[in-house]
Amino acid sequence: MRGCCKHDAEAMDFEKMEEDIVVCRCEEITLKEIREWIPKGYDTFDELKRLLRVGMGPCQGRGCRDIILREISRMTGVPVAEIPSGTIRPPVKPIKCCLTARDGGDFK
Amino acid sequence: MSWKRTADAVVIGGGMMGMATAYNLAKLGMKDVILLDKNTAASGATGRCAAAFRATWGGELNIILGKACIDKYERLSEELGMDIGLYQNGYLFMAYSDAQVENFKKCIELQNSLGVPSRMLSRDEALELCPGLYVEDIKGFYWHKRDGHADPMLTNFAHQEAAKREGVKIEKFTEVTGFKMTSKAVKGVCTTKGYIDTDIVINAAGAWAGRVAALAGLAIPVHGERHEIFATEPVEFNVCPTFLMSYDPDFYMQQRPHGSIIAGCGPSRYRPEAAPFNDAEMGDCWNFLEYLTGIMTHVLPRTKGIRVVRQWSGMYDITPDMQPVIGEADELKGFWMNVSGSRGFMFGPVAGEMVAEQIVLGNTSLPIEKFHWNRYARGEYLVDTAIA
Repeated sequence: MRGCCKHDAEAMDFEKMEEDIVVCRCEEITLKEIREWIPKGYDTFDELKRLLRVGMGPCQGRGCRDIILREISRMTGVPVAEIPSGTIRPPVKPIKCCLTARDGGDFK
Repeated sequence: MSWKRTADAVVIGGGMMGMATAYNLAKLGMKDVILLDKNTAASGATGRCAAAFRATWGGELNIILGKACIDKYERLSEELGMDIGLYQNGYLFMAYSDAQVENFKKCIELQNSLGVPSRMLSRDEALELCPGLYVEDIKGFYWHKRDGHADPMLTNFAHQEAAKREGVKIEKFTEVTGFKMTSKAVKGVCTTKGYIDTDIVINAAGAWAGRVAALAGLAIPVHGERHEIFATEPVEFNVCPTFLMSYDPDFYMQQRPHGSIIAGCGPSRYRPEAAPFNDAEMGDCWNFLEYLTGIMTHVLPRTKGIRVVRQWSGMYDITPDMQPVIGEADELKGFWMNVSGSRGFMFGPVAGEMVAEQIVLGNTSLPIEKFHWNRYARGEYLVDTAIA
């Protein structure tokens, strides 16, 4: 941060800068969008997931789940451990259809 | 938030059927409406569904209702003030047998007579709609442009936000444990959070509606059947640009505008040992993934290199004729059912409006009385030949 001291006004606007942080990289959802919906009552991971698609991309929430749960906790005052943390679904990693496909399905 | 002890109406279930009922009750002027969900809005069948709606049914009532739903869906984003992700490019029905082709022709005749301009398509027309489709073993196609899909979660939440603006109080993580009743009428609802005095209860609990009705001493035949579904990573949009549907083998697949392909089917092919199905729990099985990726890579060969990112399940609400169960209980005044027969997302916006109009205004433009479950006691079943 050396050399930034002249721009105190900008530095003070940290909260605003933070809002542009992309929380869910798969679906490109920012912290600002998360912060908009939590006070409207969407204060569990699965509600935000269904509303904003966070955690629905290829990483399935590995990148964003903890950040979002912490943000919900910060805004609602509920400890992270008490916030419904959402369902983790199979498969563990994205898997190509040709690897699982039973040959021809019902069309053999 | 403080617990409200009295209400003009209590709606049970925050899926599409319940949320649309609550929203429309308040919109029609009812003051104190409370909606309860044992989890949250869109946590049940609506948030897990195939996202589609259609008028292309094989029974008169469903076609009339389906057509009203399309009209409604086309206006919803504007009415609710929130984008619901509408996409209309038809269901492309595919027949793998001559018998299915004959069924299609009968359906089209009935649909056309009721103002739904569906029609048979040639192989070339089908390929124009969906260029990646494997057509060699398909005997016939039919299609209706205004059928389509929307984002079920956004549609559910858009209703929730509009309901809140109209004054509806939403109580999530609140489960119904019983009812207070006289011998003839419902008087209140007991829940895990407390008691609410009310003369009107609307049971929109989907696959759980039979169990909720039993708490009021009513035997209403609704039970659950778990279906599975998966979603792929987002890919270029034209892999599956129309909703693909087949009755035999039964499957569907569609691609949402953001690129993810969603595909699902009923349980009879991948867990036949469990039939007849009466499910209470969600769950995912590997057998389903093997079976349906097999189907999908056959129907859309270009999907072989596309990855599945997630599989899940949802509960169909099964009734004896697979048709809606809607109306006020003959033996318990004030106790209403609003159950779709496994089409809650599709029918919800209209079914909610229909029930709310009947309750508040005493009449509605659709033939609501035909959906009353007292038809079963008379041995009458609604018929639709366009259900897998």
